[in-house]
Amino acid sequence: MSTSAPDTPLIAIVGNPNSGKTTLFNLLTGLKQKVANYPGVTVEKKIGECYSQHGKKLRLIDLPGAYSLNARSPDEAVLRDVLLGRRPETPRPDRVVCVIDSANLERNLYMVSQVLELGLPTILVLNMIDVAAQREWHIDAKRLSEELGVPVVQTNAVTGAGLIELKLTLSREDLAAPQWENAALPEGVRAALEHSRDELRQTGAIHTRSSLLEPLYLLSDHDPTHYGIADSQMARIHELRGRMEADFPGWEDALVAERYRRIEELCAKVLKRPDQEIETITTKLDRILLHPVLGFVNLLLVLGLLFFLIFKVAEGPMGWIETGFGALGSWVEGLMSPGDFRDLIVNGVVPGVGGVVIFLPQILILFFFIGIMEDTGYMSRLAFIMDWAMSKVGLNGKSFLPFLSSYACAIPGVMAARTIDSPKDRLITILIAPLASCSARLPVYSLLIGVLFPAGRVSAWVQAGIMLGLYALGTFGAFFFAWVFNKCVMKGSASPMILEMPAYKMPAIRSILLHVWQRARMFLVRAGTIILGISILIWAASTYPKTQGDTSAQQMEHSFAGRAGKFIEPAIAPLGYDWKIGIGLIGSFAAREVFNSTMGVVYAVESEDDDNLAPLRDKLAGERRPGGGLVYTPLVCISLLVFYVFAMQCVSTVAIVRRETGSWKWALFQLGYMTGTAYLLSLLIFQIGSALGF
Amino acid sequence: MSAATLAELPVGSDAIVQAMPTGRSCLTRLREMGIVPGTRVRVTRRAPLGEPIEICVRGSHLSMRNHEAAFIAIRSAVGA
Repeated sequence: MSTSAPDTPLIAIVGNPNSGKTTLFNLLTGLKQKVANYPGVTVEKKIGECYSQHGKKLRLIDLPGAYSLNARSPDEAVLRDVLLGRRPETPRPDRVVCVIDSANLERNLYMVSQVLELGLPTILVLNMIDVAAQREWHIDAKRLSEELGVPVVQTNAVTGAGLIELKLTLSREDLAAPQWENAALPEGVRAALEHSRDELRQTGAIHTRSSLLEPLYLLSDHDPTHYGIADSQMARIHELRGRMEADFPGWEDALVAERYRRIEELCAKVLKRPDQEIETITTKLDRILLHPVLGFVNLLLVLGLLFFLIFKVAEGPMGWIETGFGALGSWVEGLMSPGDFRDLIVNGVVPGVGGVVIFLPQILILFFFIGIMEDTGYMSRLAFIMDWAMSKVGLNGKSFLPFLSSYACAIPGVMAARTIDSPKDRLITILIAPLASCSARLPVYSLLIGVLFPAGRVSAWVQAGIMLGLYALGTFGAFFFAWVFNKCVMKGSASPMILEMPAYKMPAIRSILLHVWQRARMFLVRAGTIILGISILIWAASTYPKTQGDTSAQQMEHSFAGRAGKFIEPAIAPLGYDWKIGIGLIGSFAAREVFNSTMGVVYAVESEDDDNLAPLRDKLAGERRPGGGLVYTPLVCISLLVFYVFAMQCVSTVAIVRRETGSWKWALFQLGYMTGTAYLLSLLIFQIGSALGF
Repeated sequence: MSAATLAELPVGSDAIVQAMPTGRSCLTRLREMGIVPGTRVRVTRRAPLGEPIEICVRGSHLSMRNHEAAFIAIRSAVGA
């Protein structure tokens, strides 16, 4: 069994979700954290450093929140595997700190009892003692410590109370193994597990010195992805599990009941609580926030605030970033001598990087907002209220916020899907999120609606109505595909919605800010590199090969991008598009709003002001085909609008989906199904429309 | 209240879990979250359109859909 170097002990922090575990970890380690992913899975691996009260250096690992070592998700599988020393890249921890939500003592003791059985020196942290006090729960910490044979520390991670005592306890060298007796296994089950252990040892699924717990947890693994268990061993485990189930039906459930029986005995000794639940701030708030009418009104207010922050408040900083990068471009332009290299920097690299960084204000705001909602406990209420509607398309309430965020930008939306525990629901949410019409589509919609209905000809209400219709179309598409994926692509275990409704508490702002910073950095570093590379590619495609003495419009026509536009013309002609639109579509794969600037170059429209679409709009409206007909007929505009609603034309999102799903497979699948749908629908619209004589 | 299930329990009422079918993954998770035969449960809230429901068990508040709750057979808490 591998353990870390003896001079810096590795301490695992474990606990149920909502136990304040991560807040405590952040409080202990501060900025001295390294965040990475466990290989092959999007479970965050956080390792940090801190010093004990006596100045001894300690390494802390924040393991994923879980309810049980019987894994039901990749998160829980990681927890189980690290604690059992099954992960090659992560040493088995030397000690464990179990963080408990004191106001949920009984339920939290369930996993604690599993962890104690592992025999590692353990410290119990009774966190959120203030919430327990509100409920008039009295926990006899001394007695609990005596009963379990482990030190017990009481803390409040939000205020930092009890932190010094915890650090003192972390200094102790003499931590003994816990006294908790392993759960009594019925004789038959025990024999069967011993047999399974022998069998699994032979296949190498478990190492030779493992206790019975390892076969126990492998046989009771319910994680649909079987993360951490080799495929070659899965068949054997399935077989053993089947045999176990046949010989001892319900053995797992009997173990759970036995465990709770012993926890009840323990709680009778250490916990005094009122017979009836006391009126707390949580029950009072829930009466309003989960009220059938008031709760919904409040939810609309919260979402209104979120949209206001993302669209309006973020606008300022986004403008500064845009101006800043513009200034940087001009500055470099003045600094360097003309040439391809300057062109690459000024027209490729700077706008490419700027195009990524510009999303940063929205990402920061969104993650801060989500952090507050999660940390206070409101997120569970939001999921509770929205669950019914989301269940109609096979998702659950937790998918709502990531999807909604995608109306601002799919990137934070996809990243926010991490809050969904069910791997299947999370994947479906990620797959449909970019169908929400994001803010980058807005300029394209505006331009094309302007061409379709020139101002003055119809009222602004009709234009707004069309705009609303496009948003509705995207939303409908998202729900439709969620339903399809749920029914067809990802059949199998329906994921139940079991949601904890934690007590409301004050948010730990510092901890949230740390999280926001980590997310922002991840976005800039990981997505930024891919996006930068592709921006350079697109720049090169529209710059080379060079021709002499051409106007920029002619240059564009001769470039690779122009040739590509002509190359794809046969494919897009049935949709009603010419090769110039083709260039716009290709350019849009960098980002949708690039359509406008690309078309500006293609039609050689000089416009200093990005917000003023009038010159380009008039140019498009007047553009004629070689035969004399209008290029942008109403039908072509509608076909093009529908294409933009459905097509996946955003390199940044593809990069983020690749990152968040851990493979190119789903990112490419998404690219394919969205763009395929866009193509088919636009084709149908144009062909049927033409046949009908529009 | 014979043969009733948690899905039918009115808001504000208490009951004792009588039985739960074994071998279902979603029910095993509910067990691990503290709902085992013999446990006292109370429905504290029902979402406006009928689900999910919020229940209180061992002092913790959980919500679930009727689909899961309907597997949990309950008996009267009176005299328990």
